[in-house]
Amino acid sequence: MHSTTSESPATEQTGSPTSPLPDSVAQALKIAVVGGFGVGKTTMVRSVSEIRPLTTEENMTQAGVGVDDLQGVEAKTTTTVAFDFGRITLDATSVLYLFGAPGQERFWFLWDRLFTGALGAVVLVDTRRLADCFYAIDRLEAQGTPFVVAHNDFGEAEYSLSEVRAALDLDPAVPLTRCDARDRDSAKRVLIELVEHIRSLVLAQAP
Amino acid sequence: MSLSHRREGPDRLYVITSGRSGGADQNLDAVTLIVAESAPTPGMQSEHARILNLCAGPLSVVEIAAHLGLPVTVVRILLTDLIDTGRVTARHPAPASPAYPLASPEVLEKVLVALHNL
Ligand SMILES: Nc1nc2c(ncn2[C@@H]2O[C@H](COP(=O)(O)OP(=O)(O)OP(=O)(O)O)[C@@H](O)[C@H]2O)c(=O)[nH]1
Ligand SMILES: [Mg+2]
Repeated sequence: MHSTTSESPATEQTGSPTSPLPDSVAQALKIAVVGGFGVGKTTMVRSVSEIRPLTTEENMTQAGVGVDDLQGVEAKTTTTVAFDFGRITLDATSVLYLFGAPGQERFWFLWDRLFTGALGAVVLVDTRRLADCFYAIDRLEAQGTPFVVAHNDFGEAEYSLSEVRAALDLDPAVPLTRCDARDRDSAKRVLIELVEHIRSLVLAQAP
Repeated sequence: MSLSHRREGPDRLYVITSGRSGGADQNLDAVTLIVAESAPTPGMQSEHARILNLCAGPLSVVEIAAHLGLPVTVVRILLTDLIDTGRVTARHPAPASPAYPLASPEVLEKVLVALHNL
């Protein structure tokens, strides 16, 4: 019996310190939660995750220095972005990962690195800073990733959903909903709305 | 939460990956599940040993990165070494089918059932 050597304290909501999955799990899926700073991404992930959200980083080395140029190793500049994620075990063979990540343009390399193949995305918006999500919406539309938009309610409630839709210039086919990311049922409803939206797109495209 | 490599700096990361920076297995997705196939051996690089201990059951690439306190990029390179030497196996996400480029109806149904049961 070997001990684990993780430096992390027992951070998870359930399970052993590192919460390995059942051995039968072979298929992992992913959904991204994107939005501006402080909009509630981590909160939404935490509300539905079976583990306490974990944080890690991805980085992108700027082009221009050859990877085999040893002299260049210290000269390379990198953009680093922290993201967090949680997990929902779906059944004996599959697991869903939820990623919370900033949606601004300079962080978008994360999509190519981490979220390629994602089922879809939740775009969280705060009506006090609507513009923070413009880039994410444009980009998701352009790459054909299914998404829903959720207005995370911080109690301001000055705008109706149709006003928010108009302000975002949102395609009428994209679902828009209001949520409280701190509330498990509310966060769960947003995810269900996303998956139902993806299903309707899939069935519409079916051969 | 500060990740350990911030203190360690780029030189340390360069040593961890033995100077490799272009050799990561391109199939290693963020959610590829890694399973150890053997126990750590004496003298093994400590990061490799820690990964083998972590992956007693399936664990995703990003979870391994979070538990090690290392960037995903570095963990991909470490995992490539372990895959190449048969010490771990990788369970990759299923590629999209031509008939259902977004997701298959069966997969979506499975996700919906699990979400409703949350
Ligand atoms: N009133 C209210 N507060 C919320 C809601 N969702 C999140 N918060 C609070 O808003 C703050 C920011 O939430 P986070 O989940 O950390 O936001 P984030 O998008 O992950 O932030 P960054 O990762 O820093 O960009 C926290 O203090 C939350 O408790 C909500 O629905 N209503
Ligand atoms: Mg956050």
